[in-house]
Amino acid sequence: MSEGHSTYTPKTGIGRWFDARMPLPRLVYDSFVAYPVPRNLNYAYTFGGILALMLAAQMLTGIVLAMHYAADSTLAFDSVEKIMRDVNSGWLLRYMHSNGASFFFVAVYIHIFRGLYYGSYKAPRELLWILGCIIYLLMMATGFMGYVLPWGQMSFWGATVITGFFSAIPLVGDWIQQLLLGGYAVDNPTLNRFFSLHYLLPFMIAGVVVLHIWALHVVGQSNPTGIEVKSKTDTVAFTPYATIKDAFGMLVFLFIFAYFVFYLPNFLGHPDNYVVADPLKTPAHIVPEWYFLPFYAILRAITFNIGPINSKLGGVLAMFGSIAMLFLVPWLDTSKVRSAVYRPWYKLFFWLFVIDAVLLGWLGSQPAEGSYVFMAQMATLFYFAFFLVALPVLGLIETPRRLPNSITEAVLEKNKHGGGGHPAHAAAAPETKG
Amino acid sequence: MSATDIQDPNRRDFLYVATGMAAVVGAGAVAWPFIDQMRPDASTLALASVEVDVSSLTPGMSLVVKWRGKPVVVRNRTEQEMKDGEAVNLAQLKDPLARNANLPADAPATDANRTMPGKEAWIVMVQVCTHLGCIPLGQEGEFGGWFCPCHGSVYDTAGRVRGGPAPENMTVPVFQFISDTKIRIG
Repeated sequence: MSEGHSTYTPKTGIGRWFDARMPLPRLVYDSFVAYPVPRNLNYAYTFGGILALMLAAQMLTGIVLAMHYAADSTLAFDSVEKIMRDVNSGWLLRYMHSNGASFFFVAVYIHIFRGLYYGSYKAPRELLWILGCIIYLLMMATGFMGYVLPWGQMSFWGATVITGFFSAIPLVGDWIQQLLLGGYAVDNPTLNRFFSLHYLLPFMIAGVVVLHIWALHVVGQSNPTGIEVKSKTDTVAFTPYATIKDAFGMLVFLFIFAYFVFYLPNFLGHPDNYVVADPLKTPAHIVPEWYFLPFYAILRAITFNIGPINSKLGGVLAMFGSIAMLFLVPWLDTSKVRSAVYRPWYKLFFWLFVIDAVLLGWLGSQPAEGSYVFMAQMATLFYFAFFLVALPVLGLIETPRRLPNSITEAVLEKNKHGGGGHPAHAAAAPETKG
Repeated sequence: MSATDIQDPNRRDFLYVATGMAAVVGAGAVAWPFIDQMRPDASTLALASVEVDVSSLTPGMSLVVKWRGKPVVVRNRTEQEMKDGEAVNLAQLKDPLARNANLPADAPATDANRTMPGKEAWIVMVQVCTHLGCIPLGQEGEFGGWFCPCHGSVYDTAGRVRGGPAPENMTVPVFQFISDTKIRIG
């Protein structure tokens, strides 16, 4: 939006001196103060800011934890216990970090679903969306490697299973797996390299976040109506409007986060990870962290060979394929209308997809036997059908509702209905609430 | 001299190509040690062989030893387990190969081929699920063999995969009976 024209005027002599030499204050002012955002952004749009906050919080707590942690298979488990018992405030920092990872994923899932609901990935925001997908992949790698570091039973067996994915690759699979592990099984070399990479990847995430925000500020924010900004009345300044809204969103989010940190610190974890890693004994029921469960369910759903592809490779392909779907979304969706608000059928399928994703998550936490396997297979089928059938076909056959002419019109129309004694009408379209 | 005097291809072109090629080869040569250091190191590669005393194993008993960081199960099978293993129709098997490092790679997965000649009661195999590397639980599952708790793969009494996502039978490592009561693995 309004690229290349800056309204920043330094007020002090030092400001002018700086601006002529390195216009960093100008960049900040243009990006986070004067930057125009659509006036109808709702609280679903505050999760970008929340994610930035969580990344910063994870890096801060992580750097501090690394000062007390020992990345050696004979010391790692005990050093984590030492952080919990001996290090001053260590328990708090570790719980902030472990729950922080979970809440980071809570926020990113809401952020992704918001993008899917309002069609935020559609032209010209494809690259913005793909950069987001790359961040998500990096987050998954970081989360996985971080979970290995405490060297508990789930750490060890989670690492065994996930690095086992690579052994499914024909011909070079075993070589790649040994390259990742530094041996024939998960052991000290694995722990060392995972620690190194777990420290590195958040900085790479931060780098891609910069690109993500850059791309965002070139094309401008999407909004609940999916209509592009057309005039100045469609927007408000980032500060104070978006800043305050984001800050309030963060506050509410941090309240819930703090509740988990202080009252349910192990609710999202697994008790088996408080048992030190034993290479000769797999826990009776091994599960990954909750944020990987839907993909884990998809992995396990492929119990049959598909032509020349055996069930193992098939499961791994399905799992990676389920993530790859996200990258293709901008081209799979054929609809000319962005927002689900104006797409009755897409709205229905979107919510079915949300239910399906949650169902897959639940199935991933259940043992892989009996009717769970069949349910996981059906849910996997729907998962892929949503992307490969519903997205392309709905865009062609669906009749969208009438679009307002502008964001301003949509907002004023809603205010007219909502303010003038028609509360029921306003409640019927809560997703357009500004 | 001025630029117009230069003939094609000239000395500068040669320098461009030579520099480019040196850069490619150099980048590859520098990249390799960074990849190479990830591979299993010398101490990991040192092929330790393990000797196991199996004199205490009566039929129906197993023991597990660690070999190359992985568990190897030694099981003295019961009469019933051997009968179950022999009764299997090979056409029903998901993986028709014996996966026995002591036999040719194309040996069929008969019960006998999963063991040593004359020692058919004994199963010696790497107790690691061929799916994603979990340790299956012994004497569990539909076929009374092994059951992997991670993703539900089922193995029979000869360690052959019979159900679930695992693609292959569990591996029989190189081993030999050095006496009636001693096995050397590796």
